[in-house]
Amino acid sequence: MNPLLNALLVVVLVLNLFALGTSRLVTVIKIVSLQGVLLGLMPLLLEEDIAMPVILTSTVTLALKGIVIPVMMLRAMRDVQIKREMEPLIGFLPSMLLGALATGLALLFAKALPLADEHTTQLLVPAALATIFVGFILLTTRAKAITQIMGYLVLENGIYIFGMLLIGVMPMVIELGVLLDLFVAIFVICIMVNHINQAFSSLDTRKLSELKE
Amino acid sequence: MNLTLLISPFIIALLAALLPSNRWRPWLPPVGGLLHFVLTLKVVFGPADTTGGLWIGLDPAGKLVLLLISALFLITSIYLIRYLKFHPQRQNRVFVACLLCTLGSMTMVTVSQHLGLMWVSIEATALCTAPLIYFNKTTRSIEATWKYLLIGFVGIALALLGTFCLAYSALHAGLQPSLSLSDLLHDAPQLSKPWLHVAFVLMLIGYGTKMGLAPMHTWKPDAYGAAPGAVGTLLAGGVTGCAFLCVLRIYQIGSVAGEFAFMSPMLIFMGLFSMAVAGVFMVGQKDYKRMLAYSSVEHMGILVLGLGIGPLALFGTLLHLINNGLTKGVLFLSAANIHRSYNSTTTDGTCGVLRRLPLSGGIFLAGFLAITGSPPFGPFISEFSILSAGFGAGKYVVSGLFLLFLLIVFIGMGSTVLPMLQGKEPKTTTRTPYREGFLTLAPPLVLLGAVLMIGIWIPDSLQTLLQSTVDFLEVQP
Repeated sequence: MNPLLNALLVVVLVLNLFALGTSRLVTVIKIVSLQGVLLGLMPLLLEEDIAMPVILTSTVTLALKGIVIPVMMLRAMRDVQIKREMEPLIGFLPSMLLGALATGLALLFAKALPLADEHTTQLLVPAALATIFVGFILLTTRAKAITQIMGYLVLENGIYIFGMLLIGVMPMVIELGVLLDLFVAIFVICIMVNHINQAFSSLDTRKLSELKE
Repeated sequence: MNLTLLISPFIIALLAALLPSNRWRPWLPPVGGLLHFVLTLKVVFGPADTTGGLWIGLDPAGKLVLLLISALFLITSIYLIRYLKFHPQRQNRVFVACLLCTLGSMTMVTVSQHLGLMWVSIEATALCTAPLIYFNKTTRSIEATWKYLLIGFVGIALALLGTFCLAYSALHAGLQPSLSLSDLLHDAPQLSKPWLHVAFVLMLIGYGTKMGLAPMHTWKPDAYGAAPGAVGTLLAGGVTGCAFLCVLRIYQIGSVAGEFAFMSPMLIFMGLFSMAVAGVFMVGQKDYKRMLAYSSVEHMGILVLGLGIGPLALFGTLLHLINNGLTKGVLFLSAANIHRSYNSTTTDGTCGVLRRLPLSGGIFLAGFLAITGSPPFGPFISEFSILSAGFGAGKYVVSGLFLLFLLIVFIGMGSTVLPMLQGKEPKTTTRTPYREGFLTLAPPLVLLGAVLMIGIWIPDSLQTLLQSTVDFLEVQP
């Protein structure tokens, strides 16, 4: 039982709901960045004897999720001059409620899962499930490319939380999750360099519908 | 393990990135492809090399896929010499370098003996292929690339979650978690069942997204439609083959764990569903490149269906992997010739192909007959083998549906292909300066020859390789 870790996870869950409830892109980016910082701290809390790989994981995560990607996102946002997410598929309040419902269900569901003894009192599994679900909501119901990327980032954070279960036994494998951040970085570069805004002028992925059938 | 095989594509990619000449750069992929192919033949058919480590090594399944991607890459790269010559004004530095990196990362997938490394390699293929799809730089290709990346990355993220679950299944069972394939196969019977199930589902969905199984196939028609035809060959034959290898890995772990009964219905459902979706969208399809993409969805469906039917169908499934890859090459390359001549990918703007381009049109027609499973081509043999295994395993409904969907696809594809090939040339469409030449005809023709050969007579070396893969994957009770 690690009270501090559980407290951090609760904060992560609350941040999820905030991310769902706001229309201001800057706020979403800041929320996800804060989530990244918390995630970066977690490996340090989980391990009693702090070894080199754990410190490495922690630093890389903190730097990437907490600083590099948010800064890139903010720059991209400034480049394409978008401030708000307009007309999401599901409104902000309903999606927030949906997120809360998912969090509750994740808590119940995780109780039913067979877990190793040392993990039964931790919130890791429910937090991971809830965060992945919130990521999916953001990814599928938002129209702006930037919010979709934020959704992907949240989804990825959920997977990272799940990876914490394994950090004691295979720390380097958790590092794999950091590679997903690479994708995100590339997405952002795509937006900045790559004329999505010139071609579609609004960065609205719903306008990317020429290929629909 | 032959490290040159693994590293040479990346070195040549670096050379391509450094070479200043836009004119000479397209010659690098064939050189890299040839080197890769020779080395591949050496490691696949040469004396057995047992020096595989924890991370890399070649098992029969890896050899089979390696052979396929190497052959396809060589053929495609030869075709691309002419293709890139048609577009002298376009910078091809990124394109050529990424093409070679794709070969390198696909090779990495095939030699990965560690599920973590395998996942990284799949991620690398996704990253390397995106600029290839984007090569035409039109709004269509931006949209296609965006979808390809977004859907593909969600799939890859889920595959990673599945990989974590697999490791956790060992932890939960009180074993030392490891993601090395040999450890997993050794420990498989003791792995915690619920977590193994979760891992299987997530990895099937994750890598299935990369394969393009329905309902996660939505990126496929867009990506194949927007990408240059030759790239379509690599995507439909090579990259999907690598993703299928990943599914094979988790399938093998599941079978050794004695979970075939859990996996089989899911594989069969995904397979039949993909075939059905492909059939529905193929009927009345106006764009022949998108039609080929749906055909790829269908054949990916056939592959997982074959896995779901069980060990009896394994030989047919593996043979179909090869057949599908080669036939897709025939179709995409000849379709690229047609596209070049008509400057249109819709059937409205394209008819009378057999008159204007008798050779490309003829190859395309033969490819169509082959991919829909007509004798005497290879896919007929493999599809028939899967079908008879289905009946042999007593899955009559499944086999019946399989036949039905094959028929629907045949009709759907025929209704697009035949009007396009026959008839008179339209007077309205202008003829582009494209003329058929050796470099654009020989590659699809060679592949067609290979498909025909497999249909009539499977070479002994291939037969041995397939059989050893079946033995490798089959679970000895």
